[in-house]
Amino acid sequence: MARISRRKLLKLSGGGAVVARTGGIASILALKQAPAFAQATTLHWLRWNDFVPASDTVLQKEIVPECEKALGVKLSIEMINGNDIQARTTSAIQSGSGPDIICALNNWPQLYPESVADVSDVADEIGKAQGGFYEESRVVANDGKKWIAVPWCVLGAQLAYRKSWLAEIGYEAPKFAQTWEEYREAGKKLKAKGRPFGQAVSHSFGDPPTYAYPYLWSWGGKEVEADGKTVVLNSKATVDSVNFAVGFWKDAYDEGGLAWDDSSNNRAFLAGTISSTLNGASIYLEAKRKPDVYLTENGTPLWQDILHAPLPKGADGQFGYHLPMSNMLMKYVKDPKPGKEFLRWITSKPVYQAWFDSQQGYSVGATTIWEKDKLWDKDPVMLPFRTAARAGRFPGYAGPADRHAAEVLSKYIIVDMTAKAIQGMPAQDAAKWAHEEVTRIHA
Amino acid sequence: MAASDIATSDTYKSAVRRWPITRLLEDERWLAFVLLLPTMVLLGLFIAYPFVKGVELSVTDAKVGVPGRFVGMQNFAALLDDSIFRVAVWNTIVYTAVTTVFKLALGLWLALLLNRNFKGKAFTRAFILLPFIIPTVLSTFAWKWMFDPTFSVINWTLFRLGLISTRINWLGDPSLALISVIIVNIWRGVPFYAISLLAGLQTINPELQDAAAIDGARPWQRFWYVTWPLLLPVTMVVVLFSVIQTFADFQLVYVLTGGGPANATQLFATYAYQVGVGTGLLSQGAAISLAMFPVLLVVVIVQLLYIRRVETL
Repeated sequence: MARISRRKLLKLSGGGAVVARTGGIASILALKQAPAFAQATTLHWLRWNDFVPASDTVLQKEIVPECEKALGVKLSIEMINGNDIQARTTSAIQSGSGPDIICALNNWPQLYPESVADVSDVADEIGKAQGGFYEESRVVANDGKKWIAVPWCVLGAQLAYRKSWLAEIGYEAPKFAQTWEEYREAGKKLKAKGRPFGQAVSHSFGDPPTYAYPYLWSWGGKEVEADGKTVVLNSKATVDSVNFAVGFWKDAYDEGGLAWDDSSNNRAFLAGTISSTLNGASIYLEAKRKPDVYLTENGTPLWQDILHAPLPKGADGQFGYHLPMSNMLMKYVKDPKPGKEFLRWITSKPVYQAWFDSQQGYSVGATTIWEKDKLWDKDPVMLPFRTAARAGRFPGYAGPADRHAAEVLSKYIIVDMTAKAIQGMPAQDAAKWAHEEVTRIHA
Repeated sequence: MAASDIATSDTYKSAVRRWPITRLLEDERWLAFVLLLPTMVLLGLFIAYPFVKGVELSVTDAKVGVPGRFVGMQNFAALLDDSIFRVAVWNTIVYTAVTTVFKLALGLWLALLLNRNFKGKAFTRAFILLPFIIPTVLSTFAWKWMFDPTFSVINWTLFRLGLISTRINWLGDPSLALISVIIVNIWRGVPFYAISLLAGLQTINPELQDAAAIDGARPWQRFWYVTWPLLLPVTMVVVLFSVIQTFADFQLVYVLTGGGPANATQLFATYAYQVGVGTGLLSQGAAISLAMFPVLLVVVIVQLLYIRRVETL
């Protein structure tokens, strides 16, 4: 057997890679072997355990082999609890090694702008081809000059409610409470019947902020002015919103919500103890997935008694905060090219379609093109999620979704402002406390 | 065998080659150093280096991925103006003090019971350790279910027994939330106290108890004047370890409440994590972590001095 020295092997494989990249399939045939680039390139993608398990299966069973076939890249997907991604990201950046691509929630890319690669070429291409990104996706993944992550999806948040219970108090579908006052009145009647509304007002990253922020915005309250510096939280609108929330809580809500996490309302709704709650579509999808397990008090499948609606309007309008996700290509990766190629490939319409379909509407694409997808024709109950991201804002409004906004968000200051008032602190004091905390962060 | 074949002791000595390292290790000072070296390396790598790194971070404005520049005590000064930090300080002190008292009392009581002879003693001792053996995250999740506002098995039981008419909001009420995390910490910590104090009890010569009994000492007097003084050095070491661990507790609160509701259960460690990792402000997170160091240092020094005094008595 002919001996090949290490130096010769490196030359051959390196040459193969270069020729393969420049010479295409002819050169691969000439070399009589796959290019070394294809043989050696691996990509490590870190993301959360999806609330829709079918999507994780699609990624592992379909996307991984497809990726190897299409790009010659061996993709390894690591799925962990969403709460743990930041700790992993921090240690990866600090040690200079870790996953090549990290799927971030919220505006995490804004926390690590120095540690992520510029992916403007990929994001611009995808945005242009797919009708543009939603504003919420843009503000979390673009630092104003360049794209620091490629937007992946938006998890829509809507009120899931019991159709028959709301009908009993005069809201025959599709009629639903349009304003906070109407919603409160409905909740008061339902709570009197032992069917309260449910909402987490606690330290959990999903449901509490996705409710507290749009609620505040709808009253006209906001953290800062557009300059991103002038803190204006302690306003009449904010105090009014907190005042209303305290009465609303007592009148209409399950008071255990102060201790709920992101899955508590799912369990409570599926168990039939609450009548309405802000959530992703996971309650409905889970009830539909197990029609024999989740039943109404009459023994009929629960999913047939669930509808969705956006949060009600306030004096200043109707808003939503839908959790955006985006993929960061880490700067410590020596060769960003395979990572960029992968992001370009996976967010391209034909490839993304498989994952999008598996979500069944739980998340919408980060680009507007997905509003037109035929998936939305399948199930009218999911329709409110289709365009939900249009009304989306991100914490930090009216300022940028920057590090300050992330600090206010991760310290749960807006959530705790309401929680403190519910626990007995006067609304003025709660708003003052929150204002001071936000000011300290922006100082 | 000829007499000439038998090596004399002198020739045997000269035949053994003594390596320089062997000669060096014959010196007790060098031997001690070599034996201590692995421990020193481990302590240096896993205790000293992270500590020094933490101190270094706390005096900079470092963020994740950004080394930062020296800012002196700015991060610590900022903490004085931080209302959440003040809440975390108070919570940590209450949490540590209350749990330590209860863990000591219950652990000692359990140790005294386990020190008696009864059927199934070995099994009971192993069983007692379960809360300590089960990974904290796992057992805390079980407690989270037990305290669940909607599905709490504790509430269900109390309701069925007719002791309550409305549910208790264990983790939703600020005071009850702190009490709840304290209960879980005590449940988890008692076995450590019990087994450690049991080990201490078993080193006490039973003849001392017998002698006291013959002299007419009642059980309480035998405990107070014989057992307790002899158990005190072990107790102090156990309390020392426990205080340090409880002061820096993280996973229990993180899983149970995330520091909520409205920071009612926020501790040093959970707040440091929230700031350091949640918002990428590593320097401020390090400052929060290190803020507990002077308090712990004082506690440790006082306890160590006390242990030394007790041991020299």
